[in-house]
Amino acid sequence: MNLLDPQGPVAAANSTILVDSVFIMLAIVVPTIVAILAFAFWFRASNPKARFQPHFVYSGRVEMVVWAIPALTVILLGGVAWIGSHQLDPAAPVPGTGSPVRIQAVSLDWKWLFIYPDQRIATVNSLTVPAGAELNLQLTSSSVMNVFFIPQLGSMIYTMNGMVTKLNLRADNEGKLQGLSAHFSGDGFPDMMFDVNVVSPLSFPDWVATTAKAGAVLNEDSYKKLMQQGVEKGRPTYRLEDPRLFDLIATQHIPPGPGPELISDAGRAHIGGHDAR
Amino acid sequence: MLGKLDWSAIPFDQPIPLIAGAVVLVAILAVLIWVVVKGHLPYLWNEWITSVDHKRIGVMYILLASVMLLRGGSDAIMMRIQQAIAYQSQGYLPPEHYNQIFSAHGTIMIFFVAMPFVIGLMNLVVPLQLGVRDVAFPTLNSVGFWLTATGALLVNLSLVIGEFARTGWLAFPPLSELSYSPGVGVDYYAWSLQISGVGTLVAGINLVTTVLKLRTRGMNYLRMPMFCWTTLASNLLIVAAFPILTATLAMLLLDRYLGFHFFTNEAGGNVMMFMNLIWAWGHPEVYILVLPAFGIFSEVVSTFSGKALFGYRSMVLATMAICVISFMVWLHHFFTMGAGPDVNAIFGIASMIIAVPTGVKIYNWLFTMYGGRIRFATPMLWAVGFMVTFIIGGLTGVLVAVPPADFMLHNSMFLVAHFHNVIIGGVLFGAFAGFEYWFPKAFGFRLDERWGKLAFWFTFTGFYVTFVPLYVAGMLGMTRRMQHYDVAEWRPWMIVAAVGMAMLSIGVICQIMQLVVSIRNREALRDRTGDPWDGRSLEWATSSPPPVFNFAFDPDVRGEDVYWNMKVRARQQSLEHEEPEYHDIEMPRNSPTGFVCAFFATIMGFALIWHIWWMVILGGIGAFATFVVFAWRDHDEYVIPAAEVAAIDRVNLEERRSLVSMAGAV
Repeated sequence: MNLLDPQGPVAAANSTILVDSVFIMLAIVVPTIVAILAFAFWFRASNPKARFQPHFVYSGRVEMVVWAIPALTVILLGGVAWIGSHQLDPAAPVPGTGSPVRIQAVSLDWKWLFIYPDQRIATVNSLTVPAGAELNLQLTSSSVMNVFFIPQLGSMIYTMNGMVTKLNLRADNEGKLQGLSAHFSGDGFPDMMFDVNVVSPLSFPDWVATTAKAGAVLNEDSYKKLMQQGVEKGRPTYRLEDPRLFDLIATQHIPPGPGPELISDAGRAHIGGHDAR
Repeated sequence: MLGKLDWSAIPFDQPIPLIAGAVVLVAILAVLIWVVVKGHLPYLWNEWITSVDHKRIGVMYILLASVMLLRGGSDAIMMRIQQAIAYQSQGYLPPEHYNQIFSAHGTIMIFFVAMPFVIGLMNLVVPLQLGVRDVAFPTLNSVGFWLTATGALLVNLSLVIGEFARTGWLAFPPLSELSYSPGVGVDYYAWSLQISGVGTLVAGINLVTTVLKLRTRGMNYLRMPMFCWTTLASNLLIVAAFPILTATLAMLLLDRYLGFHFFTNEAGGNVMMFMNLIWAWGHPEVYILVLPAFGIFSEVVSTFSGKALFGYRSMVLATMAICVISFMVWLHHFFTMGAGPDVNAIFGIASMIIAVPTGVKIYNWLFTMYGGRIRFATPMLWAVGFMVTFIIGGLTGVLVAVPPADFMLHNSMFLVAHFHNVIIGGVLFGAFAGFEYWFPKAFGFRLDERWGKLAFWFTFTGFYVTFVPLYVAGMLGMTRRMQHYDVAEWRPWMIVAAVGMAMLSIGVICQIMQLVVSIRNREALRDRTGDPWDGRSLEWATSSPPPVFNFAFDPDVRGEDVYWNMKVRARQQSLEHEEPEYHDIEMPRNSPTGFVCAFFATIMGFALIWHIWWMVILGGIGAFATFVVFAWRDHDEYVIPAAEVAAIDRVNLEERRSLVSMAGAV
């Protein structure tokens, strides 16, 4: 999951900006640290060779330089930030070969649901994508906030209930990657890691066809079961009954996930220390 | 009768909090019994608990912060051990416990360690530096401290009665809403911060008023020591930012208690609103903490270099620039929410602009050292350690202010390393430097240098061994708040970080040893002159510890570095101190208002958390009645006769005549 080993253009551009920014800053940070240590050492009270200049307390030239150095660095980095923010806007298109793949991601308590509306399939905790194609992601959450992040593909984005965020990515090389949630979402949060299988554009349709034959069906009812709080260790796949399921979730036609289950009304009266653990 | 409270609130099935709670309870009881049996209770009550002396209140703030540092540090140790062993396993802490620990760690370290530590130092030092007798509102000062203590008490109570929040230290909704956090944890969090937030706000108002209105004769703004400037900036930020926190938490509480929908998923609530509001407070908050630390370093670097602060006016400008710009950068905490490129870029650039005045400060300290005669006493070690460490934290900070880089690093362990880099390297090093530097002023004896230096080196190296691995883990894609993980490449770094944590703990033990050894050797370390470091500002012009009235007569200020120039004049003209004419001094009377008010606030807070409504009313009426009684008081000052002032001051002057000073040697 090394950020400096990007597997797609977005991650590559992000990490280039990251590395460049570090080097721009190191150019002034290293000399400054050296100067601090050198001055501190040379002007130690026990050094008779150091000249004591108690009246050196103002110098217009020095002030000019010390305001200018950070200001110039920030102007340079500000340019990087401005251009980078526009070029790498998560919603900006990332051209690729072949037709783009639409993916609708829903963060559930505590698993990821990936809906392929055009292919009429859905998967949990496993995202399969063709190499080289543009990936158009729309994201929302069934309950609390999460952040969708595949470190080696770049740019993360929040998922929020009742709202849709957009992210475009591309994976260039076939292989297995890992994704995770990058915003704490409750007890099952560490188990929200998911597999990312980047397959060849030729075998992607085969995978779709195999998955579409899967027995389980994803519709409103099975979705409501899926969004109950819990951890999913397996990698279930579904046939998608209604391609508008994501819209129903994002527009809250399907109400948000319920949170921790309360055993009974008697239990509800005592929500406090007891239910807390 | 008792709302939601019953026996199930006590975690009989969880040994760790139960044993920890029992140990603390026994310790508190033992201290109380000792105090009562030895007959110290009247002394404690008259000299400390009801004291409105800014020095005493400052010391109590720092004591509170130190105790809470041990609590927050224990949480940190538990977290580092958990992440070191929880590879492909659950570790030793289940999620519901681990999640409470990291939430409590953040809450305690920011609100009950960093805040009281810097507020304590400001309280102790600023009136002395300004040459005045007390802060503007002495009783309010006591109220502020005790309300902060109430917040700390409630947070710690959650260890054994109920639970603490499991949401992270900012309790983001909708996770912190009733539907996803039905327990009392978030209520403990929110009510503690509401109560201590009132305390912080009154402390802020008090210090702003003190700096603006109570300077001694001739102490105009551009003659104030740098620490007074940073205090002014920091407290202006408190006054402007803390009401936002209070309002935000009030909205969250309305959601939880009365079914409102500010931040819920349902009925048009909007979580992004919470994000914006909490960070509109949260980002100024980090400057509230770090600005006083900058002030401390300015004093320390200048004193131990034997030079006035380089570029004083430039520093003032930089301080006030940080104060203003810090309100315009909050959105950089959620670049990844999809706000769009223009918004992200503007907030990214605004965040970088703060680095300019901060960089200027570093260079000005650098040139203060240039041409100096640097004495490496413990406070100066902390200052140099800070400069090196803080620059690295600044670098990573500017890095995450670049939106495309933040798209990879948001919420990662890299971010965790960054903010510990600036908060430990900046605020905590500053607090420790200030503690070492002003301890002799507060207690009349210096701290042991050997243990102090040992503490510095363990903390300094321990910091890097702990947090460099976290930077690396962040670059390997590790996100924060993981109770367990299955990624092999993260593991070694978590183990190294745990080793670093052990070194940091040794650093803390050294600090405790330093205190014990110094108290034992206090006669040898006694500061008789009131000026142990050859200081430059007015706090060194009075005895250590200062008399209750601080100065026998109002100091007359004729320039910057007041006390240094007094020493120079005294030497050059070989003037003996002339006996000044003493007058009666009026000082504010002690008042139990703060303690009583906080007592009722504690009852009310606890009752609100557990929905015990009759007790809420009781606590509310009690707290209100306390301040009504205070408001109707007749006599709130007493007079110290001139003869007594003269007697106290003559002893001080006598000691001071033997002062050996570098001042005026050139």
